[in-house]
Amino acid sequence: MSRRQLALVIDLNVCVGCHACVTSCKEWNGSGAAGPMSDQNPYGADPSGTFFNRVQTFEVGEFPFTETVHFPKSCLHCEDPPCVPVCPTGASYKRAEDGIVLVDYDKCIGCKYCSWACPYGARELDEKQKVMKKCTLCVDRIYDTRLPEADRRPACVMACPTSARLFGDIHDPQSDASRAIRENGGYALMPEWGTQPANHYLPRRTTRMRIHQDELVRSDNPLRVEGHLPKPADDAATLEDAGF
Amino acid sequence: MHPAVSVILLTTLIGAGQGLLLALFTVQSYTLVGLLPAAEGPVFYVTGSVIALALLVAGLVASFFHLSRPERAWRSAAQWRTSWLSREVIVLPAFMAAVALYGLLHAVGGGPVLLQASAGLAIDASLAVGAVASVLAFALFVCTGMIYACLRFLAEWHTPLTPLNYTLMGGASGFTLAAALAAWLEPQRVGELAAWAIVLTVLAAVGRLASLWRNARLKPRSTTQSAIGIKHPVVVQRSMGFMGGSFNTREFFHGARPGQLRAVRQVFIVLAFVVPLVLLALGRPAASAPLLLAAFGVQYVGLLAERWFFFAQARHPQNLYYQAVS
Repeated sequence: MSRRQLALVIDLNVCVGCHACVTSCKEWNGSGAAGPMSDQNPYGADPSGTFFNRVQTFEVGEFPFTETVHFPKSCLHCEDPPCVPVCPTGASYKRAEDGIVLVDYDKCIGCKYCSWACPYGARELDEKQKVMKKCTLCVDRIYDTRLPEADRRPACVMACPTSARLFGDIHDPQSDASRAIRENGGYALMPEWGTQPANHYLPRRTTRMRIHQDELVRSDNPLRVEGHLPKPADDAATLEDAGF
Repeated sequence: MHPAVSVILLTTLIGAGQGLLLALFTVQSYTLVGLLPAAEGPVFYVTGSVIALALLVAGLVASFFHLSRPERAWRSAAQWRTSWLSREVIVLPAFMAAVALYGLLHAVGGGPVLLQASAGLAIDASLAVGAVASVLAFALFVCTGMIYACLRFLAEWHTPLTPLNYTLMGGASGFTLAAALAAWLEPQRVGELAAWAIVLTVLAAVGRLASLWRNARLKPRSTTQSAIGIKHPVVVQRSMGFMGGSFNTREFFHGARPGQLRAVRQVFIVLAFVVPLVLLALGRPAASAPLLLAAFGVQYVGLLAERWFFFAQARHPQNLYYQAVS
């Protein structure tokens, strides 16, 4: 557990489903070291293409008590990735230094076996380059010392207008990502398979404020001290009248 | 899952080739201990080995069509420590070499005698190579089956029945083919081979029906709730995030209607098991080459349907993320 494990923490309470992370990912990785991300028939009737990141939409509950949940989905960089041991060539591997799961495009034979072994559907075969592709956590960007330090983050994280995506080392208990998981109920997808995804999700939260009637009239209510409303009825006893 | 023609052909063709080699070695072992009369010549073994090799080569060629980058196929032997696919890639050529050597040794009269056990019980090189090839045939069945059985997310495949059924169905088709070959070349050997073919076809039917019975009772461990981690009884996808196709929508969905799936299941039960059993039972006493060849042909077509169903029936948990376009 001491080694670094970079990951994304995605806050479903904040995501508005704008797909900015999807387009930003496609833009950066289409021209970066992980590219191209080819499209087939992009302007035709039946377009198709390679994406590392998607935003899906789910409806929870039954009308009228429903919530719409936007759910960004990319490779989870599992701590025990089932896609890696099945690869016959060793093209699919997990980096020891930072836990990123990558595909070596020069070794991949395109047998698709790794995609069968991923329960999350995180891998896509690129129809043009004929190799398996997936999220790289923008490995060609996060270590690039030519970029300002603030820009050394995945393209999806940079693009998110609501800061729903946190990026960090989840093995470092002091990182923002670890703290968010720990303090905001972060969870992993499909825990039943024991893949230990590194990426975590933060759940929807409902903020409820509960005000008791006496809190409005009690002696330490600043409104009361300043003589403003709410006031107790003239004949009502207040806490101060209780006598000590 | 989307059944790939290349993989259907690969697994059925090499299965028949493996079964045929096992049948040849069985005949040779029976002959050695005097259960069968001595062969009139090497024609049966040589022809059988050539046919087995042809089936294996055809399967290997089919497998290349599954690869997006076939020119790099040589790399796939690298990860034999962890990957069953890599192990299959190593065992298949080794088995093909053993089959080729087996046929070659028979063509030259059995090769040098390695061990003279007793009078008339000579263990020659062809028998030793046949034993090695038989072990490799079983190893290949295990590798092929485990490629699917080791994927724990695909519950329909994740059972010991998968490698067992690959072995039984490959063995059944190989022994049926061997019986047809014997009816043509050495009719005195049809009885034993056809009897084995009947036994293996019955066992294969039992194994496959057992896996159908098991799979019909599976309850998926992953749900839409666990897929996105929201614990509410009603969670429905409204959009998968795109309106065009993608690898995820093509590779993991068979696209057939439930009725078609059920029809293919009935067809393969009849063609792979019932009809071949009838034809084997009819063709065995008369040593009828046409009937036994028809048994193999029908069984092979049935196994093609069986393999299509095997892939189509597996429900991949990733499909939970691709339920609704918009």
